[in-house]
Parts: sequence; C-alpha cells; structure tokens
Amino acid sequence: MALCALRRLARASGTSVRFQRRCLVTGTAVRQVAGQEEGVVIMEVRDALNTAMDEELANDDRVFLIGEEVAEYDGAYKITRGLWKKWGDKRVVDTPITEMGIAGVAVGAAMSGLRPICEFMTFNFAMQAIDQIINSAAKTYYMSAGEVPVPIVFRGPNGASAGVAAQHSQDYSSWYSHCPGLKVLAPYSSEDAKGLLKAAVRDPNPVVFLENEIMYGAKFPMSPEAMSPDFVLPIGQAKIERAGDHLTIVTFSRMVGVALEAATELEGRGVSCEVINLRSLRPLDRHTILESVKKTHYVMSVEAGWPQCGVGSEVAACIMESEAFDYLDGPLLRVTGADVPMPYAHNLEQLAIPQASNIVDSAARLLRL
Amino acid sequence: MLLIRRFEEACGRLYMQGKIRGFLHLYIGEEAIAVGAISALRPDDYVIGHYRDHGHAIAKGMDPKIAMAELCGKSTGSSGGKGGSMHLFDVERHFMGGHAIVGGQMPIAAGLALSSKYKKEDLVTLCFFGDGAVNQGEFHETLNLASVWKLPILFLLENNLYGMGTHVDRTHAGGRHIYEVASAYDIPGVQIDGMDVLGVNECVSEAVKSIRKGEGPRFIEAMCYRYRGHSMADPTMYRERDEAQELGIKDPIDSLKNFMIQFDVAGEEELAKIAAKVDEQVNEAVQFAEDSPAPDMDAMYTNVYA
Repeated sequence: MALCALRRLARASGTSVRFQRRCLVTGTAVRQVAGQEEGVVIMEVRDALNTAMDEELANDDRVFLIGEEVAEYDGAYKITRGLWKKWGDKRVVDTPITEMGIAGVAVGAAMSGLRPICEFMTFNFAMQAIDQIINSAAKTYYMSAGEVPVPIVFRGPNGASAGVAAQHSQDYSSWYSHCPGLKVLAPYSSEDAKGLLKAAVRDPNPVVFLENEIMYGAKFPMSPEAMSPDFVLPIGQAKIERAGDHLTIVTFSRMVGVALEAATELEGRGVSCEVINLRSLRPLDRHTILESVKKTHYVMSVEAGWPQCGVGSEVAACIMESEAFDYLDGPLLRVTGADVPMPYAHNLEQLAIPQASNIVDSAARLLRL
Repeated sequence: MLLIRRFEEACGRLYMQGKIRGFLHLYIGEEAIAVGAISALRPDDYVIGHYRDHGHAIAKGMDPKIAMAELCGKSTGSSGGKGGSMHLFDVERHFMGGHAIVGGQMPIAAGLALSSKYKKEDLVTLCFFGDGAVNQGEFHETLNLASVWKLPILFLLENNLYGMGTHVDRTHAGGRHIYEVASAYDIPGVQIDGMDVLGVNECVSEAVKSIRKGEGPRFIEAMCYRYRGHSMADPTMYRERDEAQELGIKDPIDSLKNFMIQFDVAGEEELAKIAAKVDEQVNEAVQFAEDSPAPDMDAMYTNVYA
C-alpha cells in the first residue's frame, strides 16, 4: 500500500502513527473524553491536559501554544487535539523542526508580555534548546534584577516510553530541578495534570512541566472541584497519595502508580506504606517528606531516572540535613532506573525501569522482612 | 557616538584598576552602527543584542550612570549589580539585553517580533549580532522562522571580521559577504559601511520602513572594525598592530566630525563644547559608580522567582 494511503488509513482509524523523522506508535487514541461511571467523571491524563490548556486559552488572551505538530496535526500525542480548530492560527502555532528556535522565540514572547506554552515533542529534543531554557528563561529575571520576568511553560513527555530506545527515553527531572529560576512540575494523575498545568500557565516564572507518555492514556476519577475551570493546584506542595505508618515512599510521575502497586502488596505482608506524590520537584516540598519520615522512621525514594545525582539523592540529603535524620531507623534506599542508556529489547527495557517488585524487594531488605 | 567612545574608554581604565571584573567587551570603533541604527527607530521599538552591549544600551537611552554602576557591580546599577557588563537591560525603553551566549539573543528577538505582531503593535525589533553568531544553528533557525512567519524584525550584523580571535576567512563560507546568506531564507539583504553613521542611519531607516509596511524581515550587514580586542582579556596577538591603518579604517567619530566641519554643520568650537560635555557626563558616571554601594547580602536571594 502506498505510504500516503497508509497514513490516511491510520488517521481514519484513530491510530497515531508517524512515518516521519521520529517514528513512534502510541496506540489507539481513545475516542471517549470522559466516561461516566457511577456518577464520577473519569478522565484520561491527555484530556485533562487538553482541558487545562483550553481553559487557559479562554481565560487569558496572552496565552498561546507553540510547538511541532501542535496545531493541524492535533499534537504528536494528541494532547492539543481540537485546540487549533477552536482557537486558530494565532493561538496555536505550528513550527518547523527547530527546537532552539522555538524555545528562544517563546522566551522572547514571554519577555514582552505574552504567556506561551511551548511544547517539546519529547524532552529529549529539548536538549537542543536547553540553552534557551536555562540561560534565557531561568536566569533572566535574576540577571535583570526583576525587570524582565519570563512567564513561560515548557511542556512535553519526559522519561521512558515503550521501546523507543536510548535517545528517546531520558528522564530530565534531575537536570531541570537542579536549576534556580525554574519551577519543575511532574504530574501523576489527571487531577495533577489539570491543576498543575493551569498553575504553571498562571505562574509568572518559567515552568518545566514533565509529563509522561505512558501515562497519557491512563484514566483517573476527577472530583467536582477538579472539573471546575478555576481549578488550580498549588506549586510546591506534595500529595500524600496513600497514608501509612511503617515506610515512607517518596516518588513522582508514573512511579507513583508503581509505588502504589507495591504498597498494596506490602500491605499484604503487614507493612503500611505512606506514598508521597511529590507533584513539584522544584520547589521541593521538604516539609511533607520530613514529617512523614519522622512518623514512619523508614524511607525510600523511587524514580525512573538514573541514580547518580538523581532526585533521590536530593531527598536523602535533605533528610540527613534535618532533624528528621534522628528519627531514622535505617538509611534511605533509592530505587531508580538502571544506570545505562535505555536498551531497546523488551526484556531489558523492563529490567531498566523500576517495577513494583523492585520496590517490594527493596522494602523487604530495608525493613528486614 | 562620542559619549559611547568615552564611556568605553573609561570602562577600560576601570577594568585595569580592578573595579570592573569578569568579561568586558568594548564597542570602540563600532559606535556608528549603534547610533546610526537606533536613531532610525521609534522610541518603543525593541532592541536586543549580544554581550558587547554598552553602546546599544546607551544609544537606546540608558543613563550612563546606572550603566557604569552595573559594570562596577553596584546596587544602583541597572540590574542591581547582579547582571554585569553582558546583561544590561532597560525594559522601559524596550532594550531587552545584553545576552552572553553567542547567538542566544536571535530567537528571542524573533519572539519579541512575534509578540508585537500578536498584539497588533506597530513595532519593529532590531536584533544586533556579530559575525561570530552566524555559524550558530539558532542564527539559521531564527532567519527561517522570521521569514516563514513574516516577522517585523531587522537583522543587523556587525561584521568586524573577527569571531573572538579568529578571522572570518578561516571560519565562514562567504565571510566577506555574509548578507548573501539571508537570501537563502528569502530575506532581502545588503552590505554597508558600518563606519559611516549617516549611511547606517539611512539604510536602517529604509529597512524599517519596509518592515513596518508588513513586508517581512530585512538583513543588513554592517562592515566595521573593532579597535580593541574581543574583550579586555584579549591581547590581539592574532592581528598586526597597524592592521586598522593597513585596511584604511576610518574612525567613525572623526569622519562625522570632518563632515560636519566641511559642510559647516558645526564648527570646531561647538564640537569642542560637545566633547567637554561628554567628558563631564562620563566623569559623573564614573564618580556615581565609585560612590555607590555594593548590593546588600540579602540581594543575593531576591529575584530568583517572580
């Protein structure tokens, strides 16, 4: 079959397939935006993000989206689906493949009073633009002593996907959360996605918003508050996803789900875990972490990124530097991605990313079960 | 131009005294470009440039006192002493910096232009950059975007033939006629004498007129000469001492002075009075900077976040 015919077929069937430079298959896009299950609204993460952007476009004329395939293609991962049709060329801007250019243009727009949402197809490609993110966006407010704010959101999927190999799988949580001047958010649920993205757009600072491709299709219940167009989550506040007494697990993004899975299994073995969903990597909610550690006396950090200088290292350091140190009955254990570039083979890829069993085994070691 | 020249000379002296630290890139010899170009703009047009930015800032109207104070790292400086020589900003006058990464200002300039188009403001963005920036990827990315989106932006290349210590003949395919690169992006480009302030002014005025009509970006390559080194740390070992003479470089200030005298626009006496006033202004700026305090310790943690 001719390629163009295949592409037509793909679009018609709702399958997101790309035959261009970056080949990826994300699976069938779910038609249903929100399902009704016993009166609760269920929403996919991608639709929560979509709704957040739609609401912010409506709320503030200065907000606009810019990125590759965000407009006419409806977004490489369909996060911006329908927005170009609704808001037009001025508010939803397609660009060439030109990451440094896109990021710099968005920064210039923010410096002159607009509120751009700059999409990177993945944060791997943002490395092309990282000078603009750090040197132009993060540092300018400081270098200008407050004269030039840069109210910009850089968003896109971060970390491993499925079988996309080393150059498409890096987790940048640690790199970005290292830098003063940036705020760094990592949503887990649909509620996180909506509330945090709206907060990011309204924040006058540059915000790096780290989504997760595997989570885009995940469905979560949305509270009535979360469905409101005014729903905004506070930046810098973690959420205790599951309260517990014996072990604190500090984590973020997709690993929250994995940690919750591990927590259920550990419950069966008599261990009650407190799972903290950080939501915000910078500013980091040290208070919530420390209070939890003081309660449980044992702590683990879980992240998908590489171990050296990862987020877990920071969690360990701030516990050691605080009074919570005296409450510890054991050291912090880190569960992280394997210290290798992401392998392609399915079995190796699974071994390279933390699974629930890794968390359970580490907890068992730590608590001497 | 004379104000910029004397200001830069004073900066050089202060640097040798250790009162200005780090990197200091002097604009001496290139004054005709900043002055000729910026005076062709409206006051609220945007200007953005690189780290050799004192001339641009002063031409845009920044008070030399607060510029000098910034260079000396004092709290009364334009960035409270927290930016330094390469990061002068004057947002009120739409002077958007002062950027240290070679080429880093280019896509930002396109963003300023996009913004004024978005807000339907009749503003032009003037983007200064050097020959050194032309080989950066973001130079090409920016020209392409500006052309595809028909942005109201003027690209003004200050080609002083040296990217730091390396002559364009060694680094640029076509380094003596870089303006031709613009045609690859469908942007009309010209090359002019950047040592002639009247010529610069005329060319920029024409370009800005076209841009304001909505005809899209324009590109001007202004050939010029940098009398001092790339920065104060550069002993210019890579060129002959008398290169300027060899090349027949005409000092832009002397040229204008001679022109004014020859055509009876001003006499020697009047020009001497202007020179004296400039000296006074610069001395005042130096005094102000020296008398100002360093930033408070608390200032270290302010303005990290808005």
